[in-house]
Amino acid sequence: MSADFIVITTAILVVVPCALLGTLLVLRQMAMIGDAISHAVLPGIVFAFFISESLGALTSLVGAAVFGLLCALLIEALKNTGRVKEDSSIGIVFTALFALGVFLISRFAGSVHLDLQHVLYGEIAFSPLNSLIIGGVNLGPMSFWTLGIVTVVAVSFVLLFYKELKIATFDAGLAAAVGLSPVLVHYLLMGAVSITVVGAFDSVGAILVVAFLIAPAATAYLLTEQLWRMMALAVGAGTLSAVSGYFLAALFDVSISGMMATMTGVLFLLALLFSPSHGLAAAFLRRSENRRVFSRDLLLSRIGTLGEKTTEETLARSLGWEEGKVSRSLEDALREGFIVRPSSGEVAVTRKGCDAARERTESLA
Amino acid sequence: MRQVEMEERKNRKLEALPDETPLEVSGLTVAYRDKPVLWDVSFEVPDGELVAIVGPNGAGKTTLLKAVMGMIEPAAGRALVYGKPFEKARHLVGYVPQRGSVDWDFPTSALDIVQMGLYGKLGWFRRPGRKERETAMECLEKVGIASFADRQISQLSGGQQQRVFLARALAQDANLYLTDEPFAAVDYKTERAIVELLRELKSQGKTVIVVHHDLGTVPEYFDRVVILNKNLVAEGPVEKVFNKENLSEAYGGNVSYLAGS
Amino acid sequence: MLELVAALFTDYTLRNVALGCAVLGVVSGALGCFAVLRRQGLLGDALAHATLPGVCVAFLLSGTRAPFVLLLGAALTASLGALLIIAVVNTTRIKYDAALGIVLSVFFGAGTVLLTYIAGSGNSGQSGLDRFIFGQAATIVRGDVVTMGILAAAALLVVFVLFKEFKILSFDPEFAASMGFPVGKLNVLLTALIVVAIVIGIQTVGVILMAAMLITPAAAARQWTDKLSGMVFISGFFGALSGVSGAMVSASGSNLPTGPIIVLSATGIFLLSLVFGARHGFLWSRMRERRNRRAALGGST
Repeated sequence: MSADFIVITTAILVVVPCALLGTLLVLRQMAMIGDAISHAVLPGIVFAFFISESLGALTSLVGAAVFGLLCALLIEALKNTGRVKEDSSIGIVFTALFALGVFLISRFAGSVHLDLQHVLYGEIAFSPLNSLIIGGVNLGPMSFWTLGIVTVVAVSFVLLFYKELKIATFDAGLAAAVGLSPVLVHYLLMGAVSITVVGAFDSVGAILVVAFLIAPAATAYLLTEQLWRMMALAVGAGTLSAVSGYFLAALFDVSISGMMATMTGVLFLLALLFSPSHGLAAAFLRRSENRRVFSRDLLLSRIGTLGEKTTEETLARSLGWEEGKVSRSLEDALREGFIVRPSSGEVAVTRKGCDAARERTESLA
Repeated sequence: MRQVEMEERKNRKLEALPDETPLEVSGLTVAYRDKPVLWDVSFEVPDGELVAIVGPNGAGKTTLLKAVMGMIEPAAGRALVYGKPFEKARHLVGYVPQRGSVDWDFPTSALDIVQMGLYGKLGWFRRPGRKERETAMECLEKVGIASFADRQISQLSGGQQQRVFLARALAQDANLYLTDEPFAAVDYKTERAIVELLRELKSQGKTVIVVHHDLGTVPEYFDRVVILNKNLVAEGPVEKVFNKENLSEAYGGNVSYLAGS
Repeated sequence: MLELVAALFTDYTLRNVALGCAVLGVVSGALGCFAVLRRQGLLGDALAHATLPGVCVAFLLSGTRAPFVLLLGAALTASLGALLIIAVVNTTRIKYDAALGIVLSVFFGAGTVLLTYIAGSGNSGQSGLDRFIFGQAATIVRGDVVTMGILAAAALLVVFVLFKEFKILSFDPEFAASMGFPVGKLNVLLTALIVVAIVIGIQTVGVILMAAMLITPAAAARQWTDKLSGMVFISGFFGALSGVSGAMVSASGSNLPTGPIIVLSATGIFLLSLVFGARHGFLWSRMRERRNRRAALGGST
């Protein structure tokens, strides 16, 4: 296996669970809770190291999951005191837990095989060097195993609970009515996010994992209306970011994980600008088209109320528009056959125009 | 002495006001993103009347108030307040937003909220002083909750919070009041107190516009009604336009509120 | 501990460090109140992360480590981040939380790319840049304190002068707009002041944990008072207290990054406030409840 292959596969094993769960976080407006958990697992990882360094991956998965859930619980508890709002609760809890983690790592640097570089950027570049060896048999890169487990957990979580997650996300009231506990769904999701985040931690660090959780999901949200398609697109966007990020990082000799995170942002920006359904360019075009249609229909209904002897000037006065706008709109209506303009300078609505105006009024309610 | 001062203030204000109508809305069209929420709405509100704006949810009632106050740019049309654009007449307008639009856990007292009604006249930088405190206290007395002046606002009941908002509008000492659902979720006693207050304002020659939900009380409380459902459905004196035809056009289907009342 | 306090007055370096941290605590504590009350605490988090690429670009372009230049770069990318968040939320279906998460993580990612690029180019100046991630109080010198002090004084002066305006903007922006206050501009100004607080803080607390300096002291202060002015004062005091105590522990030589310690002491103050706070603390409300119950029982017999 080439090093390139190992690094890219590792990255994709980060991307898949992050994209699936990130989609749910974005839809449930819990992106910042995802961010909080990704920071808060740090002390769990450190404590796991204290307990047993040799067990490594397994204990740190458990330790991190415990702290991830603890973070979610503390945020809820603090919010429920009624003394602190939700956003402040998130800010207080995750900064405290992350600070605790960094403190422990710095204070006990000698006894913990973990440095701050690792926490920040992960060590995806070293994934080819770190193999799982049991009984002298090389079972392949360690990252394939840890992240493989995480991916399997996340994918089966989403597949098994797809219907439940969908209902709980889009209609919490209905979910409760059909006997789905929103609290249970919430904490299951938090648990899955915690496990995903700690799996990704070794590869991309505690902060950049947030980019993989949120940005591809948000990118997909700009492109589709359907949940399963959004998940697929998020996986696609994440994979594209990972692959392009890897080669760009090699080209400029910079941080691989940082470049991958940057690329998730670049793809988001592209979708933001050019998405056919929700992009800024499309919205701009649609808005100017709307403005044109609005003005035309307003004009029609106003000619209707003003009755005979409506001229360009009376229309301009009545609508409070400048004359240029009135004549542009009149030409527009004329082209569509909604009005007639006899040489006397007056304006009258045709039957087709009446229908269009009525349709507009009816479409409002 | 005090009486004279009040009288003077009133005269000065009336002098400043030509015989313009308090509110004149013409062809107002407002779109939010791609959807029109108000379509070609025109009506006038005559001086010294209590006016209800009714319509189903999403009919554009709050949007209408906000467009009048220039908080939302209309796609077409305009609203004139006493014959002028709102920016030139805002000192004549008092505003009561929906109670649910603010965070009542905010660290401040009832008296402090009422003083906010005076910020507009204070202008930039100047702090409220003793005079403002006294004015605010008077306004709290008018709505009957002077004893709660120093209470933190989250410790007030819903009805008391609504009264604080009304007191704040009173402090604005306006001629035209725009109020957004002041009767929403208040107790019976507060509802009566608010009605009394609105009538007193009317007796002083002020004009009050109320976004209102409870169709059953419209004939009892108001002189005029504006029935809205994105379009203007009807507008005029309550006895003329507040009927089944207009309401079912606005609300669609049968309107049982009327039969019940 | 006593030695440390004594050193505060005799040790020139330590005095600078403590002074810098106090300034940072006061400013972020005071401005954090408005952020917290407007439910924008996490905006500070996103903008703090967004300063990292700015620091790096400023260094790459200017080739100097002068604090003023680096902080200017930091302020520029933080402002860019704020603009992006507003644009995304106002024009698309992406919600506020996701917009924050994207700006936070992508800007930080770009920052790490630039940090490694700088390190790769073998420029010796790079060692000074990653201190912005977790903060390093020990590196604060007199020049930094002066820069921080001027920025802080300007920010606090604006808050003092526009206190009434910021109060009504935070409580009821619609009502403020109806009276003719330019709500949009005041909003921009308040966000700009928060950026100033962040820029003052990142050297000491670091970009990752800076959010705590805006949120935690303000949330703690809220437990002690029901007045906005009181909250701003107490929050500034709590901020300074956590800043100075954290910096002193960190500077005492145990080779600890300053940010985490400052944040942990702020969290400690918050927890104490939650229990003992005069207005909303658990302890007093529990006692009040008991007294009321006793009074009610007494009344009924």
